[in-house]
Amino acid sequence: MEVLRFSLIRLLQLVPVLIGITIVSFLLLRVLPGDPATLILGNRGSAEDIARLKAQLGLDAPLWRQYLSFLADILHGGFGRSIAYRQPVGALILDRMWATLALVGLSTVIALAITVPLATIAALNKDRPADLLIKAFFVVAMSMPSFWLATLLVLLVSLHWQIFPVSGYGSGFFDRLHHLLLPAIVIALATAALTTRTLRSSIIAVTRADFIDTARAKGLCGRSVLLRHILPNSLISMISVFGVHTSWIIGGTVVIESVFGIPGLGYLLVSSISARDYPMVQGLTVTFAILVVAINALTDIAYAIADPRVQLSS
Amino acid sequence: MNIRETLARMRGSPSLQAGAACLAALLLVVFIGPYFCPFDPDAIDFSVAMAPPDGTHWFGTDNLGRDVLARVFAAGRIDLQIAAVCVALPFAVGSTIGAVSAYVGGVVDAIVMRIVDVVWAFPFYVLVIAIVGSLGPSIGNMYLAFTLVVWISFARIVRGEVLVARRLEYVQAARVLGFGHGRIVLRHILPNVIAPAMVFAMSDVILTILGVTSLGFLGLGIQPPQAEWGLMISEGRNFIFDAPWISLFPGLAIIYVGITFTLIGDGLDDLMRAKP
Amino acid sequence: MSAPVLDIRHLRTSFGGAKARVAAVDDVSFQIGRGEIFGLVGESGCGKSATCRSIIRLFAGARATIESGQILFEGRDLAPLREAELTDIRGAAISMIFQDPMTALNPTMKIGQQIAEVLKRHQALSRSAPRARVLELLAEVGVPNPAGRIDSYPHEFSGGMRQRVLIAIALACRPKLLIADEPTTALDVTVQDQILKLILRLRREIGTSVLLVTHDLGVVAQSCDRVAVMYAGRIVETGTVRQLFARPSHPYTRALIAALPSTGSRRPLTPIGGAPPSLTAPPTGCRFHPRCAVAFEACAQVLPPAVAVEDGHSSACLRAADGP
Repeated sequence: MEVLRFSLIRLLQLVPVLIGITIVSFLLLRVLPGDPATLILGNRGSAEDIARLKAQLGLDAPLWRQYLSFLADILHGGFGRSIAYRQPVGALILDRMWATLALVGLSTVIALAITVPLATIAALNKDRPADLLIKAFFVVAMSMPSFWLATLLVLLVSLHWQIFPVSGYGSGFFDRLHHLLLPAIVIALATAALTTRTLRSSIIAVTRADFIDTARAKGLCGRSVLLRHILPNSLISMISVFGVHTSWIIGGTVVIESVFGIPGLGYLLVSSISARDYPMVQGLTVTFAILVVAINALTDIAYAIADPRVQLSS
Repeated sequence: MNIRETLARMRGSPSLQAGAACLAALLLVVFIGPYFCPFDPDAIDFSVAMAPPDGTHWFGTDNLGRDVLARVFAAGRIDLQIAAVCVALPFAVGSTIGAVSAYVGGVVDAIVMRIVDVVWAFPFYVLVIAIVGSLGPSIGNMYLAFTLVVWISFARIVRGEVLVARRLEYVQAARVLGFGHGRIVLRHILPNVIAPAMVFAMSDVILTILGVTSLGFLGLGIQPPQAEWGLMISEGRNFIFDAPWISLFPGLAIIYVGITFTLIGDGLDDLMRAKP
Repeated sequence: MSAPVLDIRHLRTSFGGAKARVAAVDDVSFQIGRGEIFGLVGESGCGKSATCRSIIRLFAGARATIESGQILFEGRDLAPLREAELTDIRGAAISMIFQDPMTALNPTMKIGQQIAEVLKRHQALSRSAPRARVLELLAEVGVPNPAGRIDSYPHEFSGGMRQRVLIAIALACRPKLLIADEPTTALDVTVQDQILKLILRLRREIGTSVLLVTHDLGVVAQSCDRVAVMYAGRIVETGTVRQLFARPSHPYTRALIAALPSTGSRRPLTPIGGAPPSLTAPPTGCRFHPRCAVAFEACAQVLPPAVAVEDGHSSACLRAADGP
């Protein structure tokens, strides 16, 4: 099975990056001014308390040994205990991960639903009013702070018209969907601003290709040419474009979850930082990075499967 | 290049003209405007609290009676200054690292690219928030955070350009003439490859403004009672039903800045393409 | 001669917007008979491709207008037809293949499906019929092991094989006219030969007329029955292949033939001096006169009309009457 081999090779290539991620997360708190113990205890601790916490956290050992024990902790499935929640960090992350994944998934679907039609219309009407209008729309959308849009949408849709809930996560599949829809739309809009431009270029390039001449010479009508020849070839590039923008979508959840009170990883990150819960912050940054890397790898594999020209066996 | 040449080139791109005009207007209003504005952004006056926009207070007042227009201007001064530094620093650091890495090549280049890949894996907001949040909300920490995170984008762009330029004839000629490597990179290569980085810098301004205001919104950036656009939007959320203008106008200001720099970026892009 | 399959009369096609109109096809007339292979020869940019595309109005993105003239296909004028009517003709009554086989096939669709597509568009077939028909077509154009290759993707084929597939697509519905725009230019010489022989064989077996566009006189000599020479958007000479090579009349045709390298002799190459004119500001009078060895004053003033040199052979030159 070539797909399996390709996937394995691709995943193996991730290992150096994963190690790098752990190093960066580790250094994040160690090389910043002030040691973690002082940062954690702040003004509340006496010199003895600080010394005791340092020993407890293993901060008196040399840096490389601290890193190795950090690595060992991760491999045993934990990042230590959360200071604020008094539970293992790993368990908390696992618990909250699903809300974020659901939000990311929904945002991606909505972004696709916005991107494909608008990019197609823009490409087919290149340089005409429809194209310029769509371009202008996205210029504004990209310049718009997501939290501002979210605030105004909540005012309009949730408070005035009362179609959507103001915040929270709900329970049960459809209720959750209802709660996530507005946040997902906000994230999707920002993402679509970037992906629409790329898809539009891709469609325009494909429309000029020689095989479109052949398709039209067969007597196919415009719609058939579009649906069977132009779009399939343009959409393949969409897979990698969305892969690139995964980082952007996932990052978007950080602010949006806080605005809408969705109990996901982003919300956890912001509250952990305010609470100075450093083990939590460390664990979360590693998790975010791993998510991005994993999704990128998956899109690479998906692209290889979708495009018949890519040779799966090396 | 002197002023007249620059202006002549600008005529080739309507985007650039429009963008430059918007920017000039923005800077004028934000920095000179306050002299004409009768209200102090920090002046609290409960008697006019939550007043909708009218002849006196063009943008209305907030829950403490402060004039929103004056605060939008004051916030603009701070946000724009921070954004300028938060773009300039990564631009300088990233471009230099990218250029040197591509020029030297070999192991150095491989290591730098691995570092870039790793930092790239972290979502922008996650890292910036983690750094600023850990260090504490100060302007200096924001500079540090943005520099540590955004340099990779510039490094990538400049590295790509230098990899190509390295093989071109004018570089070989400079070597033959005996110029040292440093001088070649700085005085010969960099000026020619910096253009795409500058175009990206314009979109980076938008990303940075959104980042800075997001930090303010989350309470991790500029602290109250300072005026800051993100902070104002956050403060206005509590009163969104009764006084939506408190949150509305700062957002519109951010959008205006975004449109301005999009126009400038597109304009620079036009100029680049028009080059013979 | 029986009624021609294609009769083009004074066709004029221009490109471009309001600011810069270029008449790429200027007062072009010729006829193609039943089962005939008609060559259209000229340098790059002379308007041969534009002429072909005008026939079925298939311009790739460029803004083109058929300004005047008639395109009579089996007696029916195609010029005023609406797009919906043209799509019924394309692929069924008139087919076209293009220059570069490497990029002319959809890279993400199996070739069997691409051939079946034209069958399904124009013929009412049962569910299983297309596949059988596709296998027949692949065998017809000489693709070895059709059953094994029908589900392959284009990138698994060589250039010559891809061109065969394209010919299969073009001939699937047995068109009356096949327009081949430089079908061999992008191929190796040996493959060129195979493709030309394939076209000749299919003409014999199916009876399709072929409009063969090329800049290569060798291809014309090998495959065509009659030929027209184009220069700067206009036809300068028309005749049978034998007539053209034996008694070329127009100075441009003569120069083209003289420029051919000949094996066995060691005489130096004689290229045609100068360059083709820009179509935005063509020379006054005869378009070729600035480069012509025998031009005189009238040539710069008058657009020469087509004059009969012998039966079925005409030339648009003021000196045509002078003889060889």
